[in-house]
Order: sequence, then structure tokens, then C-alpha cells
Amino acid sequence: MNGFDTIIEGVLLGGVYALFALGLSLIFGIMRLVNLAHGDLILLAAYLVLSVTTALGVPLVAASLLVVVVMFAAGFALQRLVLERVLGDDILPPLLVTFGLSIVIQNGLLLGYGADSRRLQAGAFESSSVTLVPGLSIGLAPLAALLTAVAAVALLQLIFYRTSLGRAFRATADSPPIAQLMGINERSVYAIAVGLSVAVSVIAAITFGIRANFDPSIGPARLLYAFEAVIIGGLGSLWGTLAGGIVLGLAQTIGARINPEWQILAGHLTFLAVLMVRPRGLFPSRRP
Amino acid sequence: MTSLLSVSALDAFYGDFQALFGIDFELQQGEAVAVIGANGAGKSTLLKSLAGLVRNRPDAIRFAGRDIGDSPAANIVRFGLALVPEGRQLFLSLTVEENLLIGAYGGERTSPWDLQAVYRMFPVLQERRRSAVTVLSGGQQQMVAIGRGLMSNPSVLLCDEISLGLAPIVVEDIYRMLPRIRGNGTAIVVVEQDIARALRSTDRFYCLQEGRVTLAGRPADTDQDAIRAAYFGT
Repeated sequence: MNGFDTIIEGVLLGGVYALFALGLSLIFGIMRLVNLAHGDLILLAAYLVLSVTTALGVPLVAASLLVVVVMFAAGFALQRLVLERVLGDDILPPLLVTFGLSIVIQNGLLLGYGADSRRLQAGAFESSSVTLVPGLSIGLAPLAALLTAVAAVALLQLIFYRTSLGRAFRATADSPPIAQLMGINERSVYAIAVGLSVAVSVIAAITFGIRANFDPSIGPARLLYAFEAVIIGGLGSLWGTLAGGIVLGLAQTIGARINPEWQILAGHLTFLAVLMVRPRGLFPSRRP
Repeated sequence: MTSLLSVSALDAFYGDFQALFGIDFELQQGEAVAVIGANGAGKSTLLKSLAGLVRNRPDAIRFAGRDIGDSPAANIVRFGLALVPEGRQLFLSLTVEENLLIGAYGGERTSPWDLQAVYRMFPVLQERRRSAVTVLSGGQQQMVAIGRGLMSNPSVLLCDEISLGLAPIVVEDIYRMLPRIRGNGTAIVVVEQDIARALRSTDRFYCLQEGRVTLAGRPADTDQDAIRAAYFGT
């Protein structure tokens, strides 16, 4: 059962990586914006949930909903007040601005919460498990993370392909000036996209924060995994991003099983291997 | 009689480059007007100015009692001015039907054009409604572009070079639909390089040359030599 164990563990870890990556994939797909502060925004969300649950004593689920709303508004404002000013033909200014934002968030968190490791408390849920077959049981929390990732992708797909807002997202991604001719206000479409991306990262923050310790400095590493998941899956494809997260999760767990020191390295090597074999990722979007 | 759309002394610029000089232009409700002229005469710039893709002085363009010269494109289509852009410019990641639906994104003007009305006019689009637009023929793509423009239920439909790159027989098919569009009270502005075609299907014309109106009138009242002179500047 040992190999099977590893695979399940890898897939479950992949769910968390996919959640890291979804928000990144979303705004890259719509705006061609690479948000270098994405990992730090996830951490910011994790700390906000921590504050609301511990300081105010609100249950985790309610706190999460509250923080989702707050972070959506923050993302919306971030786009309207900051990113909008630097978006354009040149890709360098938004990179620099989000890189700066990453540093600001990191240091802000350090100032506000200190450098100690924290963890979100989910009570008995953290350590409960379901037994699939005798001798093989799965932790409820990681399973919930994977299911959440699948649900999040399904929901975003629904928004993208079945709603008027989704059509506006895709049309704007194709051609902003022509989208305007259709009555689409590019500024609000972009702001909603960033809001949505940041709101999705709250979900990532919660699944991650229950699973592992976090401190203000680990954002950039999450960003790296998120990037790798997006690239492995193929730019512009949300299901691809989910698959990318799972591939990365599998690579890391299998690597760790061979030799515990190889966990991170195996993930990066798999990423490079995919880039060499399929430079556009496993499931690139059909966009020509 | 006040015009539905009236342009007065419009100067349009791309950065420092001036593309239009003192253009005056009128359009009545339900009218069809051709804008003709050689390459680079400023025809497309005029349409882009009307649609809000090129911003101008607010009072240079007046539409339905509103100054729209500096309004953003996304607002202008809501007021009732829709552009069918040159080269069709369909959304490649959207299906045929989604391209049509997005034309109605503004959503405030609702009749008479809807999906069913567009499909009645171009039945082939209904058959291909789930296709990607990239697999359509040029003529079918042009139908999608026109249908997309109509979905906003405009009082003015601006058509930029809708015959460009299409077989003559297809062009014929598309032009045959113009009376049907006007039948619903929609005014049409066509920009065309094919002068004969443009003059045959419109009530009035404006001829542009190097950013200025060199001739305007009714095709029937204007002789060919005058048009040729206005077109080529000889």
C-alpha cells in the first residue's frame, strides 16, 4: 500500500498548490498581469482569518466568509487605485509594482504579527480522517482542500463560460478596445478579476493555514509553487492549473518518499521537465 | 429638423498626427449614408471618433441630444451607436453565439434585435452557433460582426469596410441585408472603398480626402466626374 499512499498524499497536496495557483492563473488569463505579490496576499488573508478567529472569537467558517468579502474589496481597490495606473503595453511596471507590494505586505505582516510561526485552528477537523479501505485512511482536512480546489475550479469555469461576466472577461482578454465597443467597461472588469483572484486566495490561505505553520516570510515560496502549477498546467486554463498543482504535489511527495531531502527539488525538476517536453504546458488554452 | 447625429468642425488626432480637419457630418434617423475616400483619407478615423475609440472635443459630436465627443466607447454603445469594426475583430475565444451575446452586454436597449432576430437574418449562424469563430468563412465572420453590432439595438450602425476581403457574391448577400436593418429604423453609415457599391445602397454620401470632406450629396444628383475629382483630388 506504500506507493498508493504516496500517490494519494501527492494528489491531496496538489489540491493546495492548485488553490495557490488559481488566483494567479485567473488574472494572468484575463489581464496578462503577473502578480508577484500573490503569495503574500495569500499570507495576508491567512493572518486576517487568524485575527478574526482568535481576536474576535468568530468560528472559522464565518471568519472565512468575512475575509473573502474583505479581500475581494481589497483586490478591487488594489486594481483601481494602484495596478490600473501601471498596466499597459510594457510588462515591466506592473511586475515592479507587485514586487514592491510583496515587500510591503511582508514587512507589514512582520510588524503587525511578529516573526513567530502561526497556524489556523480548525478543532477536531484538523486531525480526523476517513478510512477508505482497511489500512488506508485520508485526513479530512487535506481531502477537503482538494475538493475545495475542484469546486473552486468548477465554479470559476461556470462563471467564465456560462455568465455574461465571464464572456466579458474573455472578450476583454482577447481585445480590450473591441470589448469597449460592446459596452464593456475594461476598468471594472479588471477590478472584478483582481478582486476574484484575491478572494480565491483566501480559500488557499485557509486550507494552507490549517495544514501547515506560516510566518510572514513564506509568501514568495508559495508564489513559486503557484507559478509552477500554472506553467505546468498551461497558461490560461483553469483545469490545467488544477492538473498542474496535482502534478507538482505528486512530484514532491514521490521525491520525498525516495529521499526526504528531495521533496522540493523533485517538484522543480518536474517543472523543468514539463517545460522541456511541452513548453506551453500540459493543457494550454485553445486561444490562438 | 435636428439631426440624430451631427458632427461639427471635428479635428481628430492620433497623438501629434492630425487625421481629420474640420469635418461636418449629419445623419438623420433611419438614413443610410456612405463615407467614401481613398486609403488614409480618414474614413475609419471618422467612424472611430463616432464610436469613441478616438476621443475628441465634447461638442464636436452630438448624438440624440447629447455631446458625446469625449465619451468613452463603452458608454457610446449604450447611447445607441454601434460600430462594426474594420477586419471584423471577432472575439476569438468566444463561440459564434457568445460573440453575438456579448454585443448585448450593455443590455439597456432591448428591441427589436435579439439572438432570434439575428438568426432569422443569418440562418447559417444558427447552424454554427456553437462553433469557434475561427472556423467560419470570411462572409460568415462578417455576419457575426454585423449581428454583434445589432445586438446592442443601435439607432446608428457604423459599418467599417464590411466588404473587405470578401467574394463579390458574399458582399452582395451582406448588402442585401441593409434594407432589413434600416426597416427597423436603424440608420446606417457605411465606409467603403468600393464607390459604386456604396453609392448604390445609400441615400447620401460624403467623400473624404486627406482628412477633409471634399464632396457631399445624393448619389443621383452628383455626376461621376465630380465624385472622381473629390476622391482622387485631381
